[in-house]
Amino acid sequence: MADKISNKSVIFNPFSKNNPVIVQILGICSVLAVTAKLEPAIVMGLSVIAVLAFANVIISLIRNTIPTNIRIIVQLVVVAGLVVIVNQLLLAYAYDVSKQLSVFIGLIITNCILMGRLEAFAMANRPWVSFLDGIGNGVGYAIILVIVGFFRELLGSGTLLGIQIVPDWCYEHGYVNNGLMILPPMALIVVACIIWIHRSYNKDLQE
Amino acid sequence: MKALRNFLNKIKPNFEEGGKLHAFRSVFDGFETFLYTPETTSTSGVHIHDSRDSKRTMIIVVLALMPCLLFGMYNAGYQNWLAAGATVFPFWEIMAYGCLAVLPTLAVAYIVGLGIEFAVAQWRGEEIQEGFLVTGILIPLICPVDTPLWMIAVATAFSVIFVKEVFGGTGYNILNVALVTRAFLFFAYPASMSGDKVFVPSDSILGLGHNLPESFTGATPLGQVATASGGDVAITDITGKAVSTCDMFLGLIPGSFGETSTLCILIGALILLIAGIANWRIILSVFAGGAFMAWIAHSFETPTYPASYLTVADQLCLGGFAFAAVFMATDPVTAARTTVGKYIYGFLVGVIAIIIRTYNNGYPEGAMLAVLLMNAFAPLIDYCVVQVNINRRLKRIKA
Repeated sequence: MADKISNKSVIFNPFSKNNPVIVQILGICSVLAVTAKLEPAIVMGLSVIAVLAFANVIISLIRNTIPTNIRIIVQLVVVAGLVVIVNQLLLAYAYDVSKQLSVFIGLIITNCILMGRLEAFAMANRPWVSFLDGIGNGVGYAIILVIVGFFRELLGSGTLLGIQIVPDWCYEHGYVNNGLMILPPMALIVVACIIWIHRSYNKDLQE
Repeated sequence: MKALRNFLNKIKPNFEEGGKLHAFRSVFDGFETFLYTPETTSTSGVHIHDSRDSKRTMIIVVLALMPCLLFGMYNAGYQNWLAAGATVFPFWEIMAYGCLAVLPTLAVAYIVGLGIEFAVAQWRGEEIQEGFLVTGILIPLICPVDTPLWMIAVATAFSVIFVKEVFGGTGYNILNVALVTRAFLFFAYPASMSGDKVFVPSDSILGLGHNLPESFTGATPLGQVATASGGDVAITDITGKAVSTCDMFLGLIPGSFGETSTLCILIGALILLIAGIANWRIILSVFAGGAFMAWIAHSFETPTYPASYLTVADQLCLGGFAFAAVFMATDPVTAARTTVGKYIYGFLVGVIAIIIRTYNNGYPEGAMLAVLLMNAFAPLIDYCVVQVNINRRLKRIKA
């Protein structure tokens, strides 16, 4: 299987047809947790892209030397190392966002997308393809995060990236921000809407 | 009446196969069967025909809600007059004011809800279901009378789409649509759904009623209890007079529009029971569960949870408890179906409602959350009841 797929499909498939969040339904937990505002959603997306791409490369490089029965532990060590680096970078250069994201950067380790890609792809493919796969899946995850974050921040707080979007005029005439959008259940419903729209465009994905 | 029938017959061909307005046949069907008994009967299978189709069921529920609606109108006006310091209460003026206060909400709920139902039925090419007939009248009854109309519209649209239509329409919803509307409002716009301003209409409408000053406070009894500190739970009405259990039962107190009067709710319950629509097991066990939990809470009264000072009768009369027991928990679609399951379901609704109300000071009222929670558990309860029955009978075979 490994030599048949083109680089292009490796990187672009996870954007839509094989999106990790809305097709494989992985990493839902962090989608609920970090998308109340757009900014943490973007930072989280970038962090996952970085960790996923480099973890894929590293695992792919050493894939032939990892003993099969301890491979999960090796993968976890690699991911954990990368997550610590990302976390320290965020603490150094984006302290406020890193406070907002709190434990969720650390919890990238437990994100199913990472383990899924490492197990399913990096263990069986060459480093460059694995890198592309990591980028592709990371971007696919980040796209959903940003869409959900966009709607939740716009409807829940009336702002985008902290800048007020809904004009004062609306508030003066009785508009109120939707408090439910800030709460996690609404993230699920927004994700569900995205899946709904996505599936009605891609009929082959319908079950 | 003849003229109407003739008119329908005249325009009917337009909606049949090949007619100009064929695309709108579901709308036509909906109106025709709403006005007249359908002419078609089933041609295959064995069916028992009686007059209780779902349209008739729905309309009886609407009739049963009428005492609550009318009383709610009077109460909305009465609270406005009372808050303005009036001493005489002209009945018809108050009724007219209350009617004008609730009509926009009722209209918005129906227009939005039915609009979505019609659109979906049209789009799927199905018949229009009549489920929204009841939901549309329930929504204004369980919301504060001053809820902004656009909020009602957003919440109604949300719950009709996400609770009903995505699950397959009337009869397939897991949760009670009207209650989800309220829950949506409660969590999305808490400032408009609780506090001491929203439960009394504060503006005059078309010259009727009074414009109330900014400073008036009209918290519901449960709202007062939730914010009470120490062992002091004096419940007062707007003018500061103490509220007795009898007042709570009759319902001239601030609250969501149609749920203040336990008396009117019981009249509604009677209509539902006589017509054989609501299930007495559920109503009874909700009240039993509520009374049981209220008794426990009252036996261990503590200043930490001021609502535990309420007596059992107060707990059952206040807030939306009675309304939820009679009109919400009994919804045949979302309640448990097995007989034993109904007792369990109802009892737990009552217990959980009082637990939330008493032991969570953040939520002054728990009936809504209790019913929604048990809606979600109803299929599990039914499954367990059926399995227990199967096992019992299997044992009997083996023995």
